[in-house]
Amino acid sequence: MPPLVIDSQSPSIRKLSVKNKIDLYALTWRMPVIVWQLLFFVGPLLFMIAMSFFLVKNYRMQEAFEMKNWIKMTSRDYFWDAYWYTIGLATLSTVVTSLLAFPAAFGLAFKVSASVRRWAIFLLIIPFFTSYLVRTFSWYVILAESGVANALLGYLGLGPYKMLNTVFGSIVGYLTLTFPLVIILQTLSLANIDRSLLEAAQNLGAGRLRTIWSVTIPAAKTGLIIGAVFCFILSFGDFVAPYYLGGSKPPTLPILIIDTTKAGQQWPRAAVVAVVMMVTLMVVAYTAISIAYRKRR
Amino acid sequence: MNADRVIRWSIWVYLVLVFAFVFTPIVTSVIFSFNSDRFPTVPLGSFTFKWYETVLNDPDFWKAARTSMLVCVCSGVLATFIGFCTAYTDFRYQFRFKGAYIALALLPPTIPLIILALGMLAWLSKIGASGQVWSIIIAHTVLCAPFAMGVIRLRLQQMDPDLESAAWNLGASEWAAMKNVVLPFAMPALISAFCLTMAVSFDEFTVSWFVSGLNKTIPVAILEVLQGTVDPQINAIGTFVFFTSMTLVVIAQLIFSYRSNQN
Repeated sequence: MPPLVIDSQSPSIRKLSVKNKIDLYALTWRMPVIVWQLLFFVGPLLFMIAMSFFLVKNYRMQEAFEMKNWIKMTSRDYFWDAYWYTIGLATLSTVVTSLLAFPAAFGLAFKVSASVRRWAIFLLIIPFFTSYLVRTFSWYVILAESGVANALLGYLGLGPYKMLNTVFGSIVGYLTLTFPLVIILQTLSLANIDRSLLEAAQNLGAGRLRTIWSVTIPAAKTGLIIGAVFCFILSFGDFVAPYYLGGSKPPTLPILIIDTTKAGQQWPRAAVVAVVMMVTLMVVAYTAISIAYRKRR
Repeated sequence: MNADRVIRWSIWVYLVLVFAFVFTPIVTSVIFSFNSDRFPTVPLGSFTFKWYETVLNDPDFWKAARTSMLVCVCSGVLATFIGFCTAYTDFRYQFRFKGAYIALALLPPTIPLIILALGMLAWLSKIGASGQVWSIIIAHTVLCAPFAMGVIRLRLQQMDPDLESAAWNLGASEWAAMKNVVLPFAMPALISAFCLTMAVSFDEFTVSWFVSGLNKTIPVAILEVLQGTVDPQINAIGTFVFFTSMTLVVIAQLIFSYRSNQN
């Protein structure tokens, strides 16, 4: 702490006041995020957990501590159908996205020049700042029965295929949301691999696929898994793709939250769904990240 | 080697396909915003501005646009301020529980928006702050601050820590050093962070939809149109939104890299 060096020779009273002043200065920068996040980030999440025990009487919420909402929701088949369907869709989306992203990330990391890679990453950032809703609407128009995709396939004498309101539709929507992010994360983790490892593998006679499988992928493991975790979280929590492109039959958990909140005014039951989602995500993220950082033997 | 060339070519082809997939919806939306047919498909109809005219003559659109602008400017300012404070604290200080402090600051983007939306709706109603324009501003500040912190932290990383202590040794108070040394150095990042957070706020719809009450932002208006029928107006609004966000992002990028290269 350089300023204290000067002050160490000054009288102790002055030092004390300087110390107080430093605290004020430090606190000025430290406190805003603490106050804001406690009030408007931690507060809402904790209140939502508490709310899952509240009661609704005559369309009004009453503070209480009852298990009623939990029993009601967890005893319903449609809740568990939605739960497993959401997990299944998010898992499928994670697998598909990671597999489709890998060759692209591999190419960007190893087969193109640094400036092409920079440009590619810049281009992949653009979609983050375009409206996801508008992009979904575009896919809706493209994938519709009489839409662009089927019209183009028609010229080739194929189709028409039913693409909207299918799992395929949902996955296209999830890809729209997660694909660029996963490619970026994979590219960064692959580009950071120590090249000499790969050369060593080739010198030792490993073929291309063997090198990728036993050297490249393990070396980039952490980044690949973090990409997959983000993909899972985003897919798991998204309501737009399964609703507008997947047809919402059965609904996913986010759609259930919206229906319960907006139509039924049953905020406490929606809170139950949200808490279940949060716990699930924490378990998934924790498991995946501990695998990602586990030492290789 | 022949196999090498085959691999290189297939990777290039694959990359082109990937980028085609990523940009198809954006390009389609822009094209169809000028297409006369009510249901957009190929072959295209004739060129028209009628969707733009419909949108621009719609008072609801202007109301939503004003709300969106107000929200994104205010939450951009707040998020940039909070992001700067946090980034500076992380840059300069070591203290107990710093890990928890940073986690608290960076956690919001890992929580699904739908969960935050429900939590914020319930909490803001509880403390009597829901259904207002500033409810959206509060919520967006939470969502945007981590992005601001990231950008500003990267910039502070490039600053020599001795720069600040040199100012102190020359007799500047910490506040004066902040004003004359740290802030000028961080300024390009502050502007970038401001533009980026505005762009994030401008596109966010889940939380806004839950907490906004009757004060629709543009994305919420789009969401409500989507729930009706296929309406090509969305393409016109979407194109407008796209160019607004892109302008912000490009400004952010230019300022950030221009000033960084200068130093």
